Amino acid sequence: MENTITSPVTDKTDDKKPIKKMMLILSKATIDNVYACFILANGARMEGIESEIFFTFFGLEAIQKKKLEHLHVATVGNPGMHIPTMLGGLPGMEAFATKMMKSEMEKLDIPPVGEFLEILAASGTKLWACKLAMDMFHLEKEHLIDDLDGVLTVGDFYTRAQGDSTQLLFI
Amino acid sequence: MVVEKIYGELCVTCNEQGYLTDLNQWTEEIGLEIAKEEGIEMTNEHWDVIAYLQDQCRKEVPLSIRKIGKSGVVSIKEFYHLFPKGPLKISSRIAGIPKPVSCI
Repeated sequence: MENTITSPVTDKTDDKKPIKKMMLILSKATIDNVYACFILANGARMEGIESEIFFTFFGLEAIQKKKLEHLHVATVGNPGMHIPTMLGGLPGMEAFATKMMKSEMEKLDIPPVGEFLEILAASGTKLWACKLAMDMFHLEKEHLIDDLDGVLTVGDFYTRAQGDSTQLLFI
Repeated sequence: MVVEKIYGELCVTCNEQGYLTDLNQWTEEIGLEIAKEEGIEMTNEHWDVIAYLQDQCRKEVPLSIRKIGKSGVVSIKEFYHLFPKGPLKISSRIAGIPKPVSCI
C-alpha cells in the first residue's frame, strides 16, 4: 500500500530516554498555528506520549466557544501565502484564503477546530487556559469550551511540566 | 527489511517494526501473541476493533483516529483506554495490518 512506511525512522528505545510528555504553549490565533499545535498534541497522544496545551494571549481564541470556528489564516505579513501585501489586505481575501485552507484540511481528514478539540479531550490531552491572558481579554470560564481542564498561571503550568523527559514547545 | 518471526508454531514475515507484511498470514493466535508483546490483555472490545481495522485495510481505506471514532465500533476515549500506549499503531500491529501513517 502506498501509505505505508517500509523503512521508518528510529525506534523508541529506553536507553535513549524517549519523550514522555509534551507541554505545548499556543499563543497565536491564526489557523495554521492552531492546527500545528493541535496536530503536535494529538500526535503525541497517538504515540502514547502525554500532552498538554496552555492557551495564552491570542491562543485563547481557539478555545472560545464563539470564536473557535471563525479563525483565519493571515494573508497580510505572511510571505508563505505568496499574496502581495496590498492584495492580501483587500476585503474578503482572508476569508477566501481561509476557506481554501479549510477545504484542503478536510480532504486530508483533518477535523474543524471544534471537533479537533473534542478529539484532543477524548485522547487525554489536558487543555489549560492562561489566567493572565483571560484577565487581560476580560474572559470568563463560561466563554471557553466545556472540555477545558482549568485555568492556570504560568507557574502552575511549569509545575505540571516536571520530569526529565518533558519537552516544552512555544507556538 | 523483512524479517521472519515465529509465533507459537506459525512463521510469519514482519517488517523491522514487527508489523506483519501480509495480512493473509494473520491468525487470532498470532494477534494474541503480538498483544502479549505489547502488554495488552485482549477482550471482546479489543477484538471488535481489530476486526474493524482488518476490514478497513482490505477495503484499502486509510485509517485515522478520527475515522475510528466515527465508526460506531469504539469511541476515541475507549480506543485510548483499550490501547493506552498508542491506540492506532498498537491495534494495527495486533491486527496484522501495516502501520498507519495518519497524523490524526
